[in-house]
Amino acid sequence: MSRLEILNLAGLRHDNRRPYELRSLALSLSPSPTADGSAQVTQGLTTVQASVFGPREPRQRAAAAHDKASVVVEVGVVPWAQGQGGSRSRGDKRLLEIGAAIRQTFEPVILTHLYPRSEITVQVQVLAADGGILPTAINAVTLALIDAGISMLDYVTAVSVGLHLKQAMLDLSAPEESDLPTLVVAALPESGRVTLAQMETRLHVDRFEEMLRLGVAACSVLKEEMEAAVKQRTTRVVERMAISAKGAAKDD
Amino acid sequence: MAATATAASTSAIPEITILKRHREDLPLAQNKFLKKTAKGKVLQFLRERYVRDDIPCGFSACALCNEFPGYRAVLPQRGYARHSKFTGKNGHWLVIDTNVVLHQMDLLTALPPQLPIIVPSTVIRETRHRSLPLFNRLQQLVLDEDRCVWVWWNEERRETATFGVEENEVVNDRNDRAIRQTLHFYPKHLSESAHEAPDLILLTDDRRNRELANAEGLIATSTRDYVDGLQGEVRDRLVDLVVGGVDEREPTDRRARRIYDEETLNVGVKSGRFLQGHFNADQYNYLEGTVRCHGMSKPVLLVGRQAMNRSVDGDLVAVELLPKEEWKAPGDEVLDQDIALKDDDVEGDEGADSEAIKEKEERMDTAEVTKKAPKEVLPTGRVVGIMKRNWRAYVCHIDRSSLSEAALTSLSQQTIFATPLSRALPRIRLRTRQAPALLDQKILVNIDSWSVNSRYPDGHFVRALGKVESKEAEQESLLLEYEVPYRPFGKAILNCLPKEGDSWVVPEKKPENLEWRDREDLRDLLICSIDPPGCQDIDDALHARVLPNGNIEAGVHIADVSHFVHADNPMDSEAASRGTTVYLVDKRIDMLPELLGTNLCSLRPFVERLAFSVIWELSPDAKIVNVRFTKSVIASKEAFTYAAAQQRKDDKALKDPLTDSIRLLNSLAIKLKAGRIAAGALSLSSPELKIHLNSTESTAPIDVEQKEQLETNSLVEEFMLLANISVARKIQEAYPATAVLRRHAPPPKTNFEALQDILQKRKGMTLDVSSSKALADSLDLCIDPELPEFNTLVRIMATRCMLAAEYFGSGSVSKEAYGHYGLASEIYTHFTSPIRRYADVLVHRQLSAAINYTPLHPTLQSKQHVERALNVVNKRHRLAQMASRASVEFYVGLALKSRTEGTTNNAVREEAFVIRTFRNGLAVFVSKLGLEGLITFKHDTHEFDPENYLINVPTPNGGSKQIAVFDRVKVDISIEKDPNTQRGKVVMTLVEPVSSVGL
Repeated sequence: MSRLEILNLAGLRHDNRRPYELRSLALSLSPSPTADGSAQVTQGLTTVQASVFGPREPRQRAAAAHDKASVVVEVGVVPWAQGQGGSRSRGDKRLLEIGAAIRQTFEPVILTHLYPRSEITVQVQVLAADGGILPTAINAVTLALIDAGISMLDYVTAVSVGLHLKQAMLDLSAPEESDLPTLVVAALPESGRVTLAQMETRLHVDRFEEMLRLGVAACSVLKEEMEAAVKQRTTRVVERMAISAKGAAKDD
Repeated sequence: MAATATAASTSAIPEITILKRHREDLPLAQNKFLKKTAKGKVLQFLRERYVRDDIPCGFSACALCNEFPGYRAVLPQRGYARHSKFTGKNGHWLVIDTNVVLHQMDLLTALPPQLPIIVPSTVIRETRHRSLPLFNRLQQLVLDEDRCVWVWWNEERRETATFGVEENEVVNDRNDRAIRQTLHFYPKHLSESAHEAPDLILLTDDRRNRELANAEGLIATSTRDYVDGLQGEVRDRLVDLVVGGVDEREPTDRRARRIYDEETLNVGVKSGRFLQGHFNADQYNYLEGTVRCHGMSKPVLLVGRQAMNRSVDGDLVAVELLPKEEWKAPGDEVLDQDIALKDDDVEGDEGADSEAIKEKEERMDTAEVTKKAPKEVLPTGRVVGIMKRNWRAYVCHIDRSSLSEAALTSLSQQTIFATPLSRALPRIRLRTRQAPALLDQKILVNIDSWSVNSRYPDGHFVRALGKVESKEAEQESLLLEYEVPYRPFGKAILNCLPKEGDSWVVPEKKPENLEWRDREDLRDLLICSIDPPGCQDIDDALHARVLPNGNIEAGVHIADVSHFVHADNPMDSEAASRGTTVYLVDKRIDMLPELLGTNLCSLRPFVERLAFSVIWELSPDAKIVNVRFTKSVIASKEAFTYAAAQQRKDDKALKDPLTDSIRLLNSLAIKLKAGRIAAGALSLSSPELKIHLNSTESTAPIDVEQKEQLETNSLVEEFMLLANISVARKIQEAYPATAVLRRHAPPPKTNFEALQDILQKRKGMTLDVSSSKALADSLDLCIDPELPEFNTLVRIMATRCMLAAEYFGSGSVSKEAYGHYGLASEIYTHFTSPIRRYADVLVHRQLSAAINYTPLHPTLQSKQHVERALNVVNKRHRLAQMASRASVEFYVGLALKSRTEGTTNNAVREEAFVIRTFRNGLAVFVSKLGLEGLITFKHDTHEFDPENYLINVPTPNGGSKQIAVFDRVKVDISIEKDPNTQRGKVVMTLVEPVSSVGL
């Protein structure tokens, strides 16, 4: 019997969060210099790094579409991510599914028609897993795509929503994820459109609507945080460029 | 307006925030721990943890916390002041620790509601981990609005959150440290919003925690001291509720010793330091038990409560052997716990000095005996740990004496004793509100725990079965007690039956009808069945005829159950779990649904039935020339009872072919039996009784008689044995690794030592146990011309020295160990009763595959699977036998009762034989009733001679009379209802040679 208490008498979760509190979020842009764009997102103890290569010529000619760019997503989990040796190989069905979910989330959001006959490769590495791999990965991919300068309709942010009895709760950790029905919502916060809603358990339709609403609201909270990070980073890049431009001008 | 407001509120999205983690929180932020899985693998877990600033303190005048979510003004500004020891001018609040919750819950709920209590969350978490029922009670306490109980979420709030386990610190100490943090926090916190705050007192029964708290400048007290200092009637009310307190309750030496942890036990058992075996409580002496361990020729004796260490009959225990000089002989006194412990109080464990004395006395006695009879000394040990509890629901009566007079009508909760039906079990303490209603009922009780400090296990009431001595309650309790599954068959099982139901018939003989595929048409043979009267599940039938070459063809035809019961369907798994049909005196608990058992499979006369036939060609002197096995269709010509068949055979006027074939079978059977006896087969004896029921509705006038053995009984038996042996050979040959066989291991010679000694000393006879043949021969010589029953008696006692026969998979023992000792056959199985035994169904499947009729189901090719299935069957078989015996006993009791009613002293006088002598009594056997009973002498006027198994009893005229084992005595048997336990008890008193009244 699991003796994990989802919500205790004080209405706190097992890690002392309240239901509508997200885990601490840390965003870093361009951690990987070799990629065209990259980002690392840490939510609680889950860390995911995403690297974007492209738009570039497709490695397989046949895969190229004449009028738009194709998106390729590869997902990997480092062996120490799970902590207890549950390592996953490359061909793992679960990882393929996460990859497919990410591709489906981003295909309609990336303005692929701007990059015909090219390919955008997204590599996702899960560095530490403590629940919510998919939403964290989506957030990381958004930032990496922005970092690579690829045109998109909007930020795509994602969050997991669980339900305990009648109480919806946001951003589940691994022990909660194994106990509760979980919905993953990815949304375009500006328009409020949902690009992904994934759930593997059964749920009453009334509760579902409430959870979806909550997820979309949480997505816009995340977007503000991400936008701030992007702006800070851009400001710094611009500052540095100005310094280097000045330096270059001096040299002339 | 209101409608829009609600709509707005439902669609309003709550505030969503992202928690920010401060750098200084980092050591608190992660919780790393190790966990061991069931397989023994150690896993490391890392969990995230946030510390908060918005945890409210619950103080009614707090200026800092009242905005926080969940704040309620619970803790008053002035604490509780009515205490003689803690007299701070603002009164005090209590902070409790975990052991107070775990041990003093009753006290906590009884404390005055105005006493403010702070429960740190560490306590809540630990309680939840240790005991869910207590956690639920604690939760109720916290949620009670009338009380001032506040949960302080100490681990959640930044100021009081504790780091992980420090070096050299066990989890317990860490939790205590966390709780003490709370006492440091509150005064500081309160001083910011109020000038004068109450004192905080830590309530703990842990001495070390108190010392540490005092060293840190906190006030700490034990529950006992605290309650002692309360003023007025509160104190009087609460004083009784205080449980001794943990540090005062170190298990004393007199009580159970420490049980080692699992790891030590496993290692100890593997290394041979401890022995492992099932605990058998002694029926006669509740302070003794034995454990049969693998690799020991004699059972290990456990003497005294301390050595038995809270084991319950059937538990798998680890035993440590004592040094040889401390070995003892089993006691020779009868100790009935109902009598010895009748004054024990349910609530208290004290005041048991009488028993302590008794125990001491006994120890001295055993020491004496040890000197006298070194032969009887058994390896003695003590239980050091329980590997696996084997607790189930037990059928009990409520012990009336454990109820006070006032309690007989009260509906309040009270603690009482329940006495289990089985004498091998201790009394169970349980709490119930319905004691008066349950007094004369049979009830089902589960054991929950047996704490170190208690001499009784604690249990709880499951349900009532019905009035004592009502037929239904007795029957159900019997079934429960022997774990017989008696639920009606479920729908899924019934769906496996043929769709035609009872109108199913063997189809016409046509190639397209699959039933006829590879089946022999034996409908023309003169087949008949011979069974006990009233038998409905006829699973065997026979035929015999003379062949042209002078040999004889004999056939045994067994119901083809495997045609209807396919492997691995719901019906099959149900049959596998039932294992056997259980026969009670007035009821039969079927293994297979009735439609199959009594109709479609049953080889009824005059209808066509599917059968599995074993057909031999025997020479006229009953030697097997040839044997073949085949599926067949038969039509039985007649269903005889044993008596009818006997009569027909003996009636010289009858010359019809059917009668002739019975005679032919009989002549063969006689030769077969002679052959078997010559090979050394034993004819053992156990009393078999027949119960006459006048009608099925009324229980009252019934009678008992011993079963009669006819020639035809032996006829059927011989052919069944022959069929079983032939089949066993065939399937062992076909499946050497997984064949389902039955064996009866030769008993260890030591088992007979006691019997040999008695026979030698009392009658000057010897028993040669070197082989089954020698035993059979020497049993035949045990004849006392004056006592015609003597031989039977010796046989019964010899039977008790034997081991039980068991099913096994042929791959699990070496071929030399296949033998059946009792039948003197080198191989044996059960093939002939598939309707009522599951092992036979498995054998049918294997045989059917061995003759290429069906492919073998994969489960029957797996050694593990076969062994698992047979273990279940063995267990069920044993329990079923015990259940039927108990059922007979119950009816014997009823019969006795009805017989005694007319007599003057309410007793029946019967002849009995002494089978065992005790220091304070005799065990006698009444062969006419198959009843064993005890005669105890209350006064110490007799002389006991254990060497010669005799007792010298004084006669009224001053002389003395010798009573020894095997002596014929006369006893008065009466049924007495124990006033306490409602258990109908057979009471025997000696009448001849000396009346035991007054002894």
